[in-house]
Amino acid sequence: MKYLTGLAVALLLCGCETVQPWERGTLAKEEMQWQSDVMEGRMRDQIHASKEASSGGTGAAGGGCGCN
Amino acid sequence: MLQRLAFCLGLCLSLAANAGVKVGDEAPAVALPGIGGTVGITLADLRGKVVYVDFWASWCGPCRVSFPQLEAIRRELGPLGFEVLAINVDEDEDDASEFLSEVPVTYPIVRDAEGVTPQAYGIMGMPTGYLVDRSGVVRDIHQGYKKSDGEKLRETIKELLGE
Repeated sequence: MKYLTGLAVALLLCGCETVQPWERGTLAKEEMQWQSDVMEGRMRDQIHASKEASSGGTGAAGGGCGCN
Repeated sequence: MLQRLAFCLGLCLSLAANAGVKVGDEAPAVALPGIGGTVGITLADLRGKVVYVDFWASWCGPCRVSFPQLEAIRRELGPLGFEVLAINVDEDEDDASEFLSEVPVTYPIVRDAEGVTPQAYGIMGMPTGYLVDRSGVVRDIHQGYKKSDGEKLRETIKELLGE
C-alpha cells in the first residue's frame, strides 16, 4: 500500500512542469488574469488600504513576463 | 544516506547555477529562420559588430517599450558597427507580425517558437538582451526593460564600439 501511494504521488508529480519565461504567452492573456481590469484592481486596493490600514497580499503585478 | 542526498542536491543546485550564459562567456550560436519563413540572419553573420541579442514576445509589455528605443540606438550607432538581432519566441507567428505592425522596426528579426535559443542562453525573464562584443563574447546582460534603460544601454554600446 505504501509503495502504491508512493508510486501514485510520483506519477502525479510527473504532471508538474516549470513554465519557462518564454512560454508565458498563454498566461499573459487577459482571460488568465486574476482581475479583468488592472486600473479597477488598483482602485480597489487603494480603498482597501485606506479602510483597513493594510495593503498587499493580492499577488504580484505584471502580465507573466517574469520581469516586472 | 543523508550525505548522498546532500551531494545530489548540491550537484543539482550547482548545475542550475551554471545553466545559462554569463558575462564573459562566448555567445551561443543563433541560426534561426526569419519572419515568414525567410532566411534569417545568424549571429555568426554579424561577427565583427557589436550585437544586442534581444529575446522578445508580443505578449511582453516591456518589449513594447524597448523596441522604439533599440530602433533609435541602431539608427544612431548602426553606421559605427552596431546591430540588433531580435529573437521572437511567440508560439504563433501572427501575434509577432501584429506586434511588428504596431511597433515597426528595421533591424533583423528571427523566430524561435520551439524555445531552443532561450533555453541555450538560459533567460530568466522577458525581455532579456545580451550585448555581444565584436569578438562574440557576451559583455552585458539586460533583463527586463524600462524607459530609462535606453540611455545607459546606449552608453555601454558606445563603449564597446570604441574598443
